[in-house]
Amino acid sequence: MNEIIDGFLTAIHLIVTFDPEVYEVAFRSIYITFSATVIASVISIPIALFLAFRTFPGKRTIINLVHTLYALPTVLIGLVVFLMLSRQGPFGFLGLLFTPGAMIIGQVILVIPIIIGLTYSALVAMDPVIKDTIISLGANYFQFMASILKEIRFVVYATVAMAFGRAISEVGAAIMIGGNIRGYTRVLTTSIALETSMGNIEFSMALGIILLFIALIVNFVMTSIRREAD
Amino acid sequence: MLDRKFLLAALVLIAAVFLCGCTSDGGNDTATATTAAPTDTGSAATPEFLKIATTTSLDNTGLLADLKDRFEEDHDVTLQIIAAGTGKALEYGERGDVDVLMVHDRAREDVFLDNGYGINRRVFAYNYFMIVGPESDPAGIAGMTPEDAFVTLIEQAQTNPDVVVVSRGDNSGTHAKEKAIWTSAGYDYDTEVAGSGEWYVEGGQGMGATLQMANELQAYTVSDSGTYLAYKGDIDLVPLVDEGDVLLNIYGAMMINPEQFSYVNSEMAKEWINFLITPEIQQVIADFGVEEYGQPLFFPALGNYEILGVTPEEAESPIP
Repeated sequence: MNEIIDGFLTAIHLIVTFDPEVYEVAFRSIYITFSATVIASVISIPIALFLAFRTFPGKRTIINLVHTLYALPTVLIGLVVFLMLSRQGPFGFLGLLFTPGAMIIGQVILVIPIIIGLTYSALVAMDPVIKDTIISLGANYFQFMASILKEIRFVVYATVAMAFGRAISEVGAAIMIGGNIRGYTRVLTTSIALETSMGNIEFSMALGIILLFIALIVNFVMTSIRREAD
Repeated sequence: MLDRKFLLAALVLIAAVFLCGCTSDGGNDTATATTAAPTDTGSAATPEFLKIATTTSLDNTGLLADLKDRFEEDHDVTLQIIAAGTGKALEYGERGDVDVLMVHDRAREDVFLDNGYGINRRVFAYNYFMIVGPESDPAGIAGMTPEDAFVTLIEQAQTNPDVVVVSRGDNSGTHAKEKAIWTSAGYDYDTEVAGSGEWYVEGGQGMGATLQMANELQAYTVSDSGTYLAYKGDIDLVPLVDEGDVLLNIYGAMMINPEQFSYVNSEMAKEWINFLITPEIQQVIADFGVEEYGQPLFFPALGNYEILGVTPEEAESPIP
């Protein structure tokens, strides 16, 4: 029990004294996950719109697949991305393995199904009257899409926040793709795993608290946006 | 109003990202630099990165971090250290994903070199493996030879539930050594030891984590002496068997063969390996940890090639 209390106190100390290593790792985590979330959103939201408003053969299967991929194991992503980016793999010539860029790719793959799936569900659940109204007002294709998105924007914000949370807390893929290189690809989660195995419990606790704090901030921003809406 | 608030939140996040790009001098800029590295290596420009795959013991003890700082002081390079078991490090090497290997499994290193993946191996340090376990030593192996200790452990474990062995179980150099001891003790590792019962726990983690696990379970495990000493303060396990030729643990560094993988940073790889075997750094290795742990974690290879059973060239001659 003492270990936990001591760890907690040291963690607070590391945080309030702006320990450079703790903050460096934290900022790297935010940087990588923020980039991944933005990229994944830009890819996924148009796909969700397409799935929601077009009918084509095999659509049901695709949607089932997307829902299944919610539970995509991160180590599997790690393995596949590793094999793709390794020098022996099809994209080896890019020299991306063990770089932050590779970790972003892994996280993009991780959260794309979540953003597509949840956005799609919101679009399908939307009152059809709204859809008809927008069309009757003479909107063109892009105006229509923009208006629809505006209607469900709070769901989109929440979805993106959820994707961010999922990506920043992931460890399996990050360690396989990034290699946990100190000062380069070491992020909060991989650092916690390593420091715990090295017996640096206090440092791990500090990083864990920061991770929790980031999740809290993201959640806070999202709830305050939604409260504003009500 | 609403959208403005969202915009504000987005701006704050973006600002945070930029801030991070500046403070963590390894975010943005380095990412692009690495991608460009393979094309740069051919030209006169100094390559900026050296990727080293290493056994966990060199990293967990803090030795590599120390050597890294010294090397970077007078070389225009950033060392990127990927700590994995020897098995994984060799795998990275065979795929050409790193520039240098620092590992400790002579048998598999030989295969790696024979297959043309690696060149210019130099041994730079050694220490000894030891069998550590709970002070109460329920199996009573203290002072035995490693082989007798293993025979006793497996026999005692059949009847005494307090006898538990934690294995790295990860194809690392330490795991390879453990398998070699089982073999010379007369057991077939795959059929008689691995997965043979609850007494044999295959942890699948690095050396430090395995020691912690063995400590929690009050179990026996095989460790290199360096990592054990570095963790000694946090755990109650004691060394029970630490004598026997089979326990010698030799660390070697080698370059990835540029004829196999043209893009590897072989110039800097050569510099790094030659740096490791300089008398100055050999002294650093000899002194490392003495102050903190009361004894050295590693012994220098310099002058000890006879103990190691290698040629003097392999221990002392810089790569030309």
